[in-house]
Amino acid sequence: MSDSAKQKRKKAAAAAPPLPAAEQSLALLRQMQLIRAFEEKLRSLFSAGLVPGLLHLCAGQEAVAVGVCSELGAADVIASNHRGHGHCLAKGASVNRTMAEVLGRRSGYGLGRSGTLHLFDSVNGNLGTNGIVGGGIPLAAGAALSAKRRGRGEVAACFFGDGALNQGLMFEVLNMAAIWKLPAIFICENNGYGEFTAIEDVTAGLNPVARGTVFDIPSEAVDGMDVLAVREAAARAVARGRAGEGPSFLVCTTYRYGGHHVGDSQSYKDAEEVREWKEKDPILKLSRRLEAEGVASAERIAALEAEVQAEVLAAVEAANAEALPTADDLGRFLYA
Amino acid sequence: MPEPRVINYRAAILEALFAEMRRDPSVIVMGEDVGAAGGVFKQAAGLFEEFGADRVIDTPISESGAFGIAVGAAMSGSRPVFEVMFGDFITLVMDQLANQAAKVQYMSAGQISVPLVLRTAVGIGANLGPQHSQSLHAWTAHIPGLKVVMPSTAADAKGLMAAAIRDDNPVVYFEDRTLYTLRGDVPEGDYHVPIGVAEVRREGEDVSIVATSRMVHVALAAADLLAADGISAEVVDPRSLVPLDVATLVASVRKTSRAVVVDGGYRQYGVTGEIAATLAEEAFDWLDAPVTRIGAENVPIPFSRSLEPLVVPDAPRLAKAVAELVRRR
Repeated sequence: MSDSAKQKRKKAAAAAPPLPAAEQSLALLRQMQLIRAFEEKLRSLFSAGLVPGLLHLCAGQEAVAVGVCSELGAADVIASNHRGHGHCLAKGASVNRTMAEVLGRRSGYGLGRSGTLHLFDSVNGNLGTNGIVGGGIPLAAGAALSAKRRGRGEVAACFFGDGALNQGLMFEVLNMAAIWKLPAIFICENNGYGEFTAIEDVTAGLNPVARGTVFDIPSEAVDGMDVLAVREAAARAVARGRAGEGPSFLVCTTYRYGGHHVGDSQSYKDAEEVREWKEKDPILKLSRRLEAEGVASAERIAALEAEVQAEVLAAVEAANAEALPTADDLGRFLYA
Repeated sequence: MPEPRVINYRAAILEALFAEMRRDPSVIVMGEDVGAAGGVFKQAAGLFEEFGADRVIDTPISESGAFGIAVGAAMSGSRPVFEVMFGDFITLVMDQLANQAAKVQYMSAGQISVPLVLRTAVGIGANLGPQHSQSLHAWTAHIPGLKVVMPSTAADAKGLMAAAIRDDNPVVYFEDRTLYTLRGDVPEGDYHVPIGVAEVRREGEDVSIVATSRMVHVALAAADLLAADGISAEVVDPRSLVPLDVATLVASVRKTSRAVVVDGGYRQYGVTGEIAATLAEEAFDWLDAPVTRIGAENVPIPFSRSLEPLVVPDAPRLAKAVAELVRRR
């Protein structure tokens, strides 16, 4: 990443928002810890050859999923992308069923046939992770259209990376969301890289926020490493959606600690850059504040960490005890 | 059974849309110019006036995004009928159709359905040229998870539209624009035709002509010519490409022992090849000759008045091909 791009990305940081109530703050922390633990476990399973297919991890980006989803209700909908474990878990997905699906077990959300790229959870309003970059953007807008017609103030949010900024589909959908005043929230997780390529190498106009403002959509840059900042921005967007004021566009500046997928050698990144971003780690950041403001002790935080580790291990054990899908499952659910 | 009366194909489709929209408030219509303008072929006339902008939605000329929104709406409680103005333009919605709509039911293991209809007008006859005249239904029939229907009569136009709207799967509904003015008996009131049931349009003994959409009428005219020549042709209309009513097609071939498959799509890697192969596999022991395929010529479709009619068969050319097959030893 070039120095000027680094400067611009640093500017996204804003003044620290206040901590929510203790219980809520700890819930945010625990959710981020859970996502990190879930994915770190998957990384080791993948390295051992136990995860079929490709694995795209969101380590470093947890604050975006958790901050946004903490402002959504059960009836609100999300559409996720290929880097979607965080979104799914933050929207309430069962750890066991998510783990089972990624490991290809029959007890997973897709009968163990769909995997990490196609995780659906209708009970919690998740229209799926998606194997097509930008694929979830129109799906969320469509859910927003349904929500608008129902008139109960529900909203639909979609998560996509900076890579999707260059999909023509995004422009089409933003235009329609704006003219139809859809209660949709478009959340760009700008982690600096689309697959193996730095954003500035393939993207004209290095202020992605302008991609929303050109359609007169309320758009803002958000510190995506700060769950509280994300939460505040999401709260504003959700309120606009619920009030019938139309869509919002959030560009959350964040960072992908790992490669595009597990096994990507990341020759295009330098170690110093990774180290700098890890100093801004969203879990560390919230933990430090909770300690500094006397909300939770280091011991309490460590205990939460131990809790989520145990939960993830239990999910792996549960998944391993489950069967793989059988030949009888191959043709099931092709048609309703 | 409701009383039939004569209306045209376009009116029959509209009758189904009005009925289904009155019956089910989750049904919405989306497309370019479908609102106040009533559709470029008047195929949505009156819907906007009765149901309003909330349910009859004019989209920008953004087929991919707008259809993707329709898919998302279908995944979340709405039942969209999405119009793609020309069948050629389904290329613009293919990712949303093939990678999203067709797969959600399967990928989610039945958690989420995609009850939508994609309707689009196809076919030659208006000198519209290479990018507005194709019949690309084979593209959609290739993708598991979609249903594909091609009504050939006014009654089926109504009945299959009603069935498509009520179906909980994505259904692609191909309407031949030269059939819009075709008149026929159409039952009044609630009427639907099950998807996946073929219809024998004319009984015959010597050869089966399996024909889709407008080609059904070409085949019926060819059958008249063949009758004058002493050949008794049976005409079978699959009505749905997916699911395909193989049993009815095979039963016809068992009776006649010869088959010609005719369709308005390109011949190469097309619907005719699929049906011919199916008949070869399922009815080989009854066949007295290879199954003949007749589709559109494998060329971009010229706008020229002298060339366009040569792209798909007319009745005399079809009759000639059928007669050659029947006389083959």
